Amino acid sequence: MLFKNHGIIERNSMILLIGILLVVSIGGIVQIAPLFRIEQTIEKVQGVRPYTPLELAGRGVYIREGCYTCHSQMIRPLRDEIERYGHYSLAAESMYDHPFQWGSKRTGPDLARVGGRYSDAWHVQHLINPRSVVPESIMPPYAFLEGREIGIKDVVDKHLVAQTRVGVPYTQAAIDNAKDDLMAQADPNADSEGLQARYGGKVTVRDFDGDPSKVTEMDALVAYLQVLGTMVDFKTYEPTKAENLR
Amino acid sequence: MEPTQLKSKAMPRFDIFFTCGVAFLVALWAVFATSHADDLGMIVHGWIFLAAAILAVLGLVFTAQVTALQNDQATYSDGVVRFGVIASTFWGIVGMLVGVVIASQLAFPELLYFKDFGFLNFGRLRPLHTSAVIFAFGGNVLLATSFYVVQRTCRARLFGGMLPWFVFWGYQLFIVLAATGYLLGVTSGQEYAEPTWHVDLWLTVVWVAYLLVFLGTLWKRKEPHIYVANWFYLAFIVTIAMLHVVNNLAVPTSAFATSSYPLFGGVQNALTQWWYGHNAVGFFLTAGFLAIMYYFIPKQVNRPVYSYQLSIVHFWALIFIYIWAGPHHLHYTALPQWAQTLGMTFSIILWMPSWGGMINGLMTLSGAWDKLRTDPVLRMFVASLAFYGMSTFEGPVMSVRAVNSLSHYTDWTIGHVHSGALGWVGMVSFGALYALTPWLWKRERLYSLKLVETHFWLSTIGILFYISSMWVSGIQQGLMWRSYNEFGFLTYSFVETVKAMHLPYIVRAIGGLLYLIGTCIMAYNLWQTIKGAVAKKEPLSFTTPNLVPAE
Repeated sequence: MLFKNHGIIERNSMILLIGILLVVSIGGIVQIAPLFRIEQTIEKVQGVRPYTPLELAGRGVYIREGCYTCHSQMIRPLRDEIERYGHYSLAAESMYDHPFQWGSKRTGPDLARVGGRYSDAWHVQHLINPRSVVPESIMPPYAFLEGREIGIKDVVDKHLVAQTRVGVPYTQAAIDNAKDDLMAQADPNADSEGLQARYGGKVTVRDFDGDPSKVTEMDALVAYLQVLGTMVDFKTYEPTKAENLR
Repeated sequence: MEPTQLKSKAMPRFDIFFTCGVAFLVALWAVFATSHADDLGMIVHGWIFLAAAILAVLGLVFTAQVTALQNDQATYSDGVVRFGVIASTFWGIVGMLVGVVIASQLAFPELLYFKDFGFLNFGRLRPLHTSAVIFAFGGNVLLATSFYVVQRTCRARLFGGMLPWFVFWGYQLFIVLAATGYLLGVTSGQEYAEPTWHVDLWLTVVWVAYLLVFLGTLWKRKEPHIYVANWFYLAFIVTIAMLHVVNNLAVPTSAFATSSYPLFGGVQNALTQWWYGHNAVGFFLTAGFLAIMYYFIPKQVNRPVYSYQLSIVHFWALIFIYIWAGPHHLHYTALPQWAQTLGMTFSIILWMPSWGGMINGLMTLSGAWDKLRTDPVLRMFVASLAFYGMSTFEGPVMSVRAVNSLSHYTDWTIGHVHSGALGWVGMVSFGALYALTPWLWKRERLYSLKLVETHFWLSTIGILFYISSMWVSGIQQGLMWRSYNEFGFLTYSFVETVKAMHLPYIVRAIGGLLYLIGTCIMAYNLWQTIKGAVAKKEPLSFTTPNLVPAE
């Protein structure tokens, strides 16, 4: 019966085409559409904020250099991972990540909570020559980030505008002051009051790369690495509360 | 089997208007992009677009002069298929070479990194490798074979006059843009979907033209039934279009900047991305290459497809179930657990339709198994099906949450991908290229069957080196990560597990090198065949059999 009627499909290319479209649409719709019911997908946590312009620029460097091809940013709720890397990753922690950087391979360690684990100086030295601090490392060197000005410095407000269009809640003040905020975060002598008013008091302001003469891609990348996994206030997070179970 | 003679009418040549129009729009945009660009990547891409538009118009003028623009319905359009065969071979070597380079970087990090510039670092070359082998090599094999197969099984010339050429060259432009972008650090940061928004838009234009050529040829067919290979090609083209468009929805920072931010973020982005990523495997690397199997194996053994009913069942089951399997890439992540479980369940069910395809292909050899002794090209096809069966069994096993907790993030995944990519996709492609070359250039046989045999063994041994070293390194590293000492502390620091990978990484690089050498031998063999040479000392016994259509 089924096989007899299949001839109809085989003789009509448009029926075949529509049949294929219908059949391949179902799975995606059933799986993806419910995820947009945010309250059921993303936990309620305190502290997650959009990236500062400097961190966003650093994230751009992270993506540009393909760091995600070797480093994950997703700690699984398994005993050894929690002991090695820290609290398992929450969906809320990457809700402003466009694109997400969970990764799929750990040629190097997970970076979801690398923020605050090492000093800025360690990161700079490690990025310049990984094997000078970790002799067995197989990571490429990134010495060229040192001294290189941030490519998107002059258009960073456009980046914030694009981010708001995809749903990241930057304020108008954040967009208007984007370039100043970017420069201020890497300069401990600058007036960073506005930056901290816009992004919260926890924002770290310091000369990340140890070169006070200019704001570099090294500053940006280290600023990004140092904020990873540090936003959520786990003192106020109750993992077993009904609203946080999925 | 030639298409019937049609009276040639003076038709307005929409294909030429279309190509000129696209070239004009692209050139216009490129001029603005080069002068207003926000970043170096856009300047380079602007110039490439501009050069391509100029070359396209020059090409049109040149072909008009040599009257190659004619669209004679009495003949098949095979020129574009010949270019596809050459492009496949070229990109295959490029992609595999980059693969050997990055494998060596991981084995010998001091040798192949340069601290003063970024473009040869692993992070930029890895997308170049994956895109070059999947989309450049695999994509060109699919373009070439689909254009060949759809004409033969419909007994009609390709639809659209110049349009197939537009698809071919447009696709090469997409590859060049993507590749140069990766080296310059222009990437969207989503695995296997790394081309940025403007390159994605260009691919969309090319892909719609591809769908039009394919469908148009189906509409012109002289056969009442659409042959099974074409179902798979159509499913591949349509589904890739859907995946590509949805997964690459993004907001650029400006019309003249390469940077953009994807519409979806975090967990939604993750699921959309792996819905795309897994079905790039399912539809690009599986459905498309199953289409190749459904045409070339029956033709090579001169037997009809084993079971018509099995083709129907496994076709619809495969395309329905594959789409659900994506979330198995996200086990134990912040993705809601119900989605993970659905992904796992469908991945296990997927084992059956996958093996349905393998059985249908293998059993087509019924009564002709003796040909395996004399025909190394057929051996290539059969080995590819064996690897297909193996990796579509391994996949469901790895999608089980408990297994995945060990295998995920390790080289086991890399090994699994390569048993499918090198074993299944690579070998079925090699078989198709070996079969197509004598047919397209009207040669009696390949230059040398002994070289095919050498290629077969080099690639088989290369794959075995590759996947066994990755099993060793993946399972070893997974176990080391979760190992505890007698005091209840983690036994190994992360870098100790990296150190343990050194030997497997060397073996993997050797495996890849053997595979690459095999491909180079194929390129030489095909080149000699095209030139019309026949190796001395090899008797002229190999003949191409006739196609027997499925009932």
